[in-house]
Amino acid sequence: MAKQISIEQDGTVTESLGNAMFRVELENGHIITAHISGKMRMHYIKILPGDKVKLEMSPYDLSKGRIIFRYK
Amino acid sequence: MIHYKTEEEIELIRLSSLLVGKTLAEVARHIKPGVKTIELDRIAETFIRDHHAVPGFKGYGGFPATLCISVNEVVVHGIPGNRELKDGDLVSVDCGVILNGFYGDSAYSFAVGEVSEEVRLLMDRTKESLYRGISAATAGKRTGDIGFEIQTYVESFGYSVVRDLVGHGLGRHLHEKPEVPNYGKRGVGTMLQPGLVICIEPMINLGGRSVVQEKDGWTIRTADNRPSAHYEHAIAIMNGKTEILSSFDEIEEVLKLNTQTKQ
Repeated sequence: MAKQISIEQDGTVTESLGNAMFRVELENGHIITAHISGKMRMHYIKILPGDKVKLEMSPYDLSKGRIIFRYK
Repeated sequence: MIHYKTEEEIELIRLSSLLVGKTLAEVARHIKPGVKTIELDRIAETFIRDHHAVPGFKGYGGFPATLCISVNEVVVHGIPGNRELKDGDLVSVDCGVILNGFYGDSAYSFAVGEVSEEVRLLMDRTKESLYRGISAATAGKRTGDIGFEIQTYVESFGYSVVRDLVGHGLGRHLHEKPEVPNYGKRGVGTMLQPGLVICIEPMINLGGRSVVQEKDGWTIRTADNRPSAHYEHAIAIMNGKTEILSSFDEIEEVLKLNTQTKQ
């Protein structure tokens, strides 16, 4: 069985949930909860509601994502 | 983390993979026009359970069946159902089992009855690309070398390589690290070291490379509805050599018998 590679998508942060979790609205309209990646935490990259971010998602659970980049 | 297997573990994966080959051969006996794909699924499940193994795909990530049966424009992960095979169909069957705790995984594309020349060539060249990929997989090379071999070979015929699905490591889990794309650049990617067991599985489209996922959450089909072929071998990287753990021998014997009885 072929493996599906993780999907990368862009979205906008709508709400900060604490514990480095965010609610993000994707470009296709879906709203998911997303975690900030450890590497971004290490470098103290702050994320605020309204920021445009890049997410990584697993095809097996489309309700969660991982923020891997914050656009300027 | 990548799990490098000991020789004993590789032997166990070989046993699982050989059982997959036997299952596919059993399925090959029943592939003919008019057969429903769900019937093939039942045959495979009974066969696997008779050999004291467990279907590897059933329940994996919620997949409902033993086989992935992908007809014509479906690339992979087709769910068996009431679709009847027709003369001229290209059907790729992907099968996995768990035996002694280790997965086996292999896939083969079959022609139902007589297929067009175009499709026949696609199948042959996809299979050839798989073996070219395997010959590029030796200890010290990287996953990108495998992808490069496959990509340059098939793209020289104007075919395209599916990007959204990749090969994978194999062992106690069906999908382990590393990812093995069927496209890439030389010298890029994970280093292949002795003890690594991976599945190489080129999915080659006759038309464009873009694919879409159906609403059932599994079925992947080509965006332009043109046929796609898929072959898969599990291989083990060993000191100084690469061994193919799965086997197409029995499948091809059955296919040979089928063509003889027709004549």
